[in-house]
Amino acid sequence: MAEVRAEMVANVWKVLVSEGDQVEDGDTLVILESMKMEIPVLAEDSGTISTLKVAEGDVIQEGDLIAVIE
Amino acid sequence: MFESVLVANRGEIARRVIRTVRALGIKAIAVHSEADADLPYVDEADEAILIGPAQPAQSYLDIDAVMEAAKRTNAQAVHPGYGFLAENAAFAERVIAEGLVWIGPPPEAISAMGDKINARNLMEKAGVPVASGTREPVPDADAAVAAGIGYPVMVKAAGGGGGIGMSVARDEAELRKAYDTARTRAERFFGNPDILLERYIEHARHVEVQILGLADGTVVALGERDCSVQRRHQKIVEETPSPGVGLELRARMLAAAVRAGEAVGYRGAGTVECLVDPVAQDFVFLEMNTRLQVEHPITELVTGLDLVEQQLLIAAGEPVSFTSVQPRGHAIEFRVYAEDPKRFLPSPGSITVWEEPAGEVVRVDSGYRAGNKVTPFYDPLLAKLCVYGPDRAQALAAARKAVAEFRIEGLKTNLPFFTELLEDPGFATGDYDTGLVDRMRAR
Repeated sequence: MAEVRAEMVANVWKVLVSEGDQVEDGDTLVILESMKMEIPVLAEDSGTISTLKVAEGDVIQEGDLIAVIE
Repeated sequence: MFESVLVANRGEIARRVIRTVRALGIKAIAVHSEADADLPYVDEADEAILIGPAQPAQSYLDIDAVMEAAKRTNAQAVHPGYGFLAENAAFAERVIAEGLVWIGPPPEAISAMGDKINARNLMEKAGVPVASGTREPVPDADAAVAAGIGYPVMVKAAGGGGGIGMSVARDEAELRKAYDTARTRAERFFGNPDILLERYIEHARHVEVQILGLADGTVVALGERDCSVQRRHQKIVEETPSPGVGLELRARMLAAAVRAGEAVGYRGAGTVECLVDPVAQDFVFLEMNTRLQVEHPITELVTGLDLVEQQLLIAAGEPVSFTSVQPRGHAIEFRVYAEDPKRFLPSPGSITVWEEPAGEVVRVDSGYRAGNKVTPFYDPLLAKLCVYGPDRAQALAAARKAVAEFRIEGLKTNLPFFTELLEDPGFATGDYDTGLVDRMRAR
């Protein structure tokens, strides 16, 4: 199981996966936006997205849970 | 001269413009979002108007909100700073249509230069050298067009700026990827999907010329700035004069920049950006920024001019404060960003300690102070640290001291990167190009 957390305060620009999706290590899950820069958040493991905590337009804080891959 | 100026911007540039406006005895009006209420520029203005929430689209980019603030405060003129609405021709037109003075170039000049394809073609006609490339939008990742230009090619958004949506392609596969990226970014950030391809010059320096279009119609060039220290095609350090530009090349570049300004009937402060091949001592036009540039302070340090004052004089139809300009010495600017110094990723947060270096050869244009929150809504620029020396070696010595003395705590900044850069032989010798930072990180 891998928990994907936010590295910084950011706005959620794009969510590219849904709960139940199969993902590979290195796939882009969501794209954050902070300070006029896009920051892709990548899967750190292969598996199924069991939890997806963010939606487009959300503001997330450093350390917030984005997704769980099982 | 007008009696009041509304500054349609935020952070360090709003503060910088307000300083000169007030020094000239003019009333300075600030606008701010909810997120920026505690920033120094809001306090330093004579009047400040809240124009909306943190999101730029609902505040600093909201033309109606800005115009309403201007009306409510009876502002006579509008200074747009850089970014946000500064290169928005529709905003300039609106300001003028409502009877206010626009402190910037004519809207037609903004439009002409705002589209990179149009600008490139105009410059070619005016006798300014341009890189070989496309004269009209490229509708898809056309390998034949790229091959005709010759790899590597630069794929760019016609309506773009700030390095967003730009990438280099070295073959057909990279071309497709670069094209898709540029297209997505172009639509999202600039609302203009047009893409152009241009020959990419390897080991080039990015050098720009500061021009002023005077009230009487003449255009003058005030010297160049070297902006080759970049990450993600965005500038982090600038210096003047450029260590890679010789006397003869400088003369040709300045003359071409004047022709560029004349070709579009330029008024006010503008910047003609070029790519320089330091070995061949040759250059091509890249784009023109129709506004005050972030790095304008280094030109002020070597010329002794206040460029914002010249902008105000020109907009008021008055003569500028100087008759001729002879730049002296060497100046360097460091853009202090809220980002980690290794990967350059954004690092918003709260500033707990803010201690600026001081001294005769140091200038700090800052947007924040201790206690301020740096939010993810705006660009990461915290401050511009500028140093001056009679020559480059002395400017570098001043820079080392000033970088070491600048203390910012509570969030990550790129100050440690500047320490690293100042120790890097590539930068110290002056013999570097736009690939410098990537090479430092690849080691």
